[in-house]
Amino acid sequence: MNTNKSRTNGLLTVIFSVISVFYMFPILLVLLNSFKKKAYISKRPFALPTGKMFVQLDNYVNGIKKTGFFEAFGWTLFITVGSVVVIILCTSMCAWYITRVKNRLTSAIYYVCLFSMIVPFQMVMFTLSKIANMLHLSTPWGLIIIYLGFGAGLAVFMFCGFVKSIPLEIEEAAMIDGCTPIQTYFRVVFPIMKPTCITVAILQAMWIWNDYLLPLLVLDIKKYKTLSIAIQYLRGGYGSIDMGAMMGVLVLAIIPIIIFYLACQKYIIEGVVAGAVKG
Amino acid sequence: MLCPPSRYKLPCGHIRCPKSMDTRTLEGIKKGRVTIMEKAIKKYFPVFVLPTLIAFSIGFFAPFIMGVYLSFCKFTTVTDAKFTGLSNYTKIFSDSTFGHAFWYTAAFTIVSVVLINVLAFAVALLLTRKIRGTNVFRTVFFMPNLIGGIILGYIWQLLLNGILLQFGRTLTYSSTYGFWGLVILICWQQVGYMMIIYIAGIQNVPGELVEAAKIDGASPVQILKNVTLPMVMPSITVCTFLTLTNSFKLFDQNLALTAGEPSKMSEMLALNIYNTFYGRTGWEGVGQAKAVIFFVLVAVISIAQNRLTRVKEVQQ
Repeated sequence: MNTNKSRTNGLLTVIFSVISVFYMFPILLVLLNSFKKKAYISKRPFALPTGKMFVQLDNYVNGIKKTGFFEAFGWTLFITVGSVVVIILCTSMCAWYITRVKNRLTSAIYYVCLFSMIVPFQMVMFTLSKIANMLHLSTPWGLIIIYLGFGAGLAVFMFCGFVKSIPLEIEEAAMIDGCTPIQTYFRVVFPIMKPTCITVAILQAMWIWNDYLLPLLVLDIKKYKTLSIAIQYLRGGYGSIDMGAMMGVLVLAIIPIIIFYLACQKYIIEGVVAGAVKG
Repeated sequence: MLCPPSRYKLPCGHIRCPKSMDTRTLEGIKKGRVTIMEKAIKKYFPVFVLPTLIAFSIGFFAPFIMGVYLSFCKFTTVTDAKFTGLSNYTKIFSDSTFGHAFWYTAAFTIVSVVLINVLAFAVALLLTRKIRGTNVFRTVFFMPNLIGGIILGYIWQLLLNGILLQFGRTLTYSSTYGFWGLVILICWQQVGYMMIIYIAGIQNVPGELVEAAKIDGASPVQILKNVTLPMVMPSITVCTFLTLTNSFKLFDQNLALTAGEPSKMSEMLALNIYNTFYGRTGWEGVGQAKAVIFFVLVAVISIAQNRLTRVKEVQQ
């Protein structure tokens, strides 16, 4: 019985190893093709880049030049980090307030936040981009405000769920000791909320980093591009794509994500699970 | 600490009656405390709530209300809107691409929801059997989730076009290729995510329950059907919800993989709406009307799904 079980488990390990290799194959294929001459990428995608097909780092150099890769990367990083920090700070404060102070306005805010979670972006995209233009928010700084607004629903909802579980006595003790509400919040409540902060940060960062449509519509594209926009813009007019530059940029865009993922894997997976339970 | 009786205010503002003040129930004391804390916090509305509220109004509330209003108007920018009643909505019916996009999206959503959940659940079941290398497999399967839709679209365009090349075809040869290409892509991306949620659900099933079923002589299939499945129902609710809305609202992947080619036949709803807004001048109102319908569809689907699977959940 026991040996039987270990044998099936051994078999499963082998099967999953094979599947894992296949699972990584698309990414490896892109890596492979990033060293290939443009013309061969669509003609012979599965061939190894050898002999006259091999172009060293030409595709990378070309791609970086064509997309303004580092600039786009910088802006994406700025927007993502900025938005996540602002979202965490503002929405957690908001959630604490609307859970602790009960009146019509706060419960209205809560329900509108809940409601906003099921509204697809297409519903607001046109009006949102026009409003952003009118208010001169077409910059990365302005985009952070938009993200705070559009991401508030989920974040407020998750923070509210957590605040409800914090025993009131802790905050009360702080208040009796003479803390103002702001001190109470930052010295007592916020530190307790750290796990939820990580969850919210991960869910928001995953979404904002990869978002394409919102920055495309809001940002002044001539001045600022995010990574997704830069990559999509490689598909020039008339549907022609410089496959060589594309492969190079794809690899460059994936590598930081993989490094980040391997470094923070534990938090990311925990964040996803925690987010799913509450959502 | 007991508060002076004058502070015993109910949330509605009335002073508590003397009788209940005498008893000083724990509940009464708690309520008294809440109002005192509330009072202290209440003044800080501008600090705590206002920033989020303003951003929320700009980022969601105002655009939403305006969007609903504009769907009844003819306009090219927000300022030149003229009320035209339901004409935008009737125009949708004359636009055959919207109907096609709807059925295409519906078929895609059904296929991908079933495939993703079955695959993710199966993998989760196998990966909770303590086989060697579980952590590595989990890492690998989850990875595609972090890669953005646009990037994923181009990765798979390369791979699928490469395979189809052997048969002298491309992805944009017919909408069927685009359809299955998109299904494969979305499975590849989302199976890992759902798997993580299912693994957490399966690990939460109490060991005693499975043990008890075993002692009662239940076969592995019976245990799966009568113990594991009912116990992981909350995870199933969440996963079907996520896959359902993700697939229905899919945009980036669709745009990058086929961009609706050939001739809009592989266009999904979100892309169709986008193209109506930005591809045809004079049709902005119709685009907005489509968006309203799209929103109603998403809302109905998510609420109905939530009701349906929540009923099947068991109390723990």
